[in-house]
Amino acid sequence: MATEVQVRTLTCAQALNEALKQEMRRDPAIYVAGEDVARYGGIFGVTAGLLEEFGEERVRDTPITESAIIGSAVGAAATGLRPVVELMFVDFIGVALDQLFNQAAKMRYMFGGKARLPLVLRTQCGGGMSAAAQHSQCLEAWFMHVPGLKVAVPSTPYDAKGLLVTAIRDDNPVVFIEHKMLYGVEGNVPEEPYAIPFGQADIKREGADVTVVATMLMVHKALAAAEQLSADGISVEVIDPRTLTPLDEDTIVESVRKTHRLVIVHEEVKRAGSGAEIAAVVAERALDYLDAPVQRVAAPFTPVPFSPPLEQRFIPDVPDIVKAVKAVVAA
Amino acid sequence: MAVDREKLLGMYTTMVTIRQFEGRVAELFATGKIPGFVHLYIGEEAVATGVCAHLRRDDFITSTHRGHGHLIAKGGDPRLMMAELFGKRTGYCKGKGGSMHIADVELGILGANGIVGGGPPIAAGAALSARYRGTDQVVACFFGDGAANQGTFHEAANLAAIWKLPVVFVCENNHYGISLHQGKHMAVADVADRARAYDMPGVAVDGMDVMAVYEAAGEAVKRARAGDGPSLIECKTYRFRGHFEGDPEVYRSRDEVAEWQKRDPIATFRARLLEMQVLTEDKVRAIDEAARARIDEAVSFAEGSPLPEFEELFEDVYA
Repeated sequence: MATEVQVRTLTCAQALNEALKQEMRRDPAIYVAGEDVARYGGIFGVTAGLLEEFGEERVRDTPITESAIIGSAVGAAATGLRPVVELMFVDFIGVALDQLFNQAAKMRYMFGGKARLPLVLRTQCGGGMSAAAQHSQCLEAWFMHVPGLKVAVPSTPYDAKGLLVTAIRDDNPVVFIEHKMLYGVEGNVPEEPYAIPFGQADIKREGADVTVVATMLMVHKALAAAEQLSADGISVEVIDPRTLTPLDEDTIVESVRKTHRLVIVHEEVKRAGSGAEIAAVVAERALDYLDAPVQRVAAPFTPVPFSPPLEQRFIPDVPDIVKAVKAVVAA
Repeated sequence: MAVDREKLLGMYTTMVTIRQFEGRVAELFATGKIPGFVHLYIGEEAVATGVCAHLRRDDFITSTHRGHGHLIAKGGDPRLMMAELFGKRTGYCKGKGGSMHIADVELGILGANGIVGGGPPIAAGAALSARYRGTDQVVACFFGDGAANQGTFHEAANLAAIWKLPVVFVCENNHYGISLHQGKHMAVADVADRARAYDMPGVAVDGMDVMAVYEAAGEAVKRARAGDGPSLIECKTYRFRGHFEGDPEVYRSRDEVAEWQKRDPIATFRARLLEMQVLTEDKVRAIDEAARARIDEAVSFAEGSPLPEFEELFEDVYA
């Protein structure tokens, strides 16, 4: 009798929801808290059904009080719990940043290693919904810049589930950033729990001529660009770092040593974005291998605009990536 | 309120130990042996002592930049504290934290804090954790009058109130947010009034009187332990030293400092205990000498300890 291979398709939101439920069943020290996460199920539905299964003690609606949401997670984590708290939009980190970057990120170090901070800050980013300048940003570089934090940036349902499981099991503060336009994206997700190690990039498409490093929504656009470019005889390798801290430098550097060309794609503004760090790493470790200057495809240095045609132009798109790849091939 | 002699002597000893620790730190700082910033607790000893006298070893505190007194009152080891102030690897934080970040998680001390208002949300979280884990642990959250204007205090007070968390918010009102007098930094005379906004008990007490603090804290701790939620205690006190060592103190007069020094919490408590015959002059001397010996030992320990090695810079960033 042939073994039946189960292939299930879930959206990113469903995959994240499954990871939360499975981990909460496994470990009673895990609780979820945030704005509208319980009765409402999260504004994008990621925490749907948790209240019904786990009750009010473990699934907590909080007031709109971001400093207290993050700060209480710090206190709970330092005293034996494993909070998974939600920051509804990454843009809201401004009102609560101290609790994340001065308290959570530094506590273990400042205390000489005598504290454990197993907390996950789930948050959501990105443009595409005309949510304008305070509900659409990509700020992952802010978090990458702070020692003590880990930063996960999943692009697929499979990665979303496996990375969230790892984040929850990690004994450090993890900023887990979900892109709002990916919640509805479908993909295969195994039912059983699995953990994807942090610091392991995924080669989403193998190629020989150009390395494209992309994150979150841009992974999908890079793959579409790669498909178009293959018709022109250009073979593109698409790498998704999956976590920015820790960053899998080796996979990126090895790919560049093979292709000799690098294009970095992200939705953050170009200036001092995560791509600047990746470009610097390649400059330090593989400059001699480059046959063309590194290209970055990123948002312009403006706030995110509201009006749909402006926002569409703001967010990097497939033709921008195609153009950049062709430029490095022609160089 | 009736308090047994051992408890009274214990509190007196704690206050004397804090005073002597801080006095020695001031000297050592002046001679350059202690790097960085230090904020001394001299004058405010009654607050930490009166509150922590109700705490068990497994209860928690969150502290402030002016945290040495809280640590000693919660049972912290002066040797490990002094070594930390010296930046030695034997210190509480292996020399990584210094005065503003001393912590002993085992003793429930969730850290001094370099950020004014940094502690209250963390206190709320520790209290949530205590309830979640089914314990009757409580959290004493120390903060100053300056921090009472930070959003974090209000957010934490609100969260603790709606979730009935076992937090005792202890405002050490020393009347100055760094240089700015309370009269210029808040419109109310009593921080305790702010408790009403969160439907929790709020009481203002004489923070120079350890028994007044002890009595108010007893009520608040009892309430928190019983699961009845948070309280706010405002202790009106005064720091005899500047905001930090080296502060030119241009914002207050010598007369004002002298007026408050007449109400020295240790001198008044000592007089009271002598009158009650809990203390004798001999016992006073013995407590002073024992405290001095303890601080001497702490300084010797710190001076004799090694500095961290360069490689340790990279340790403990991540678990």
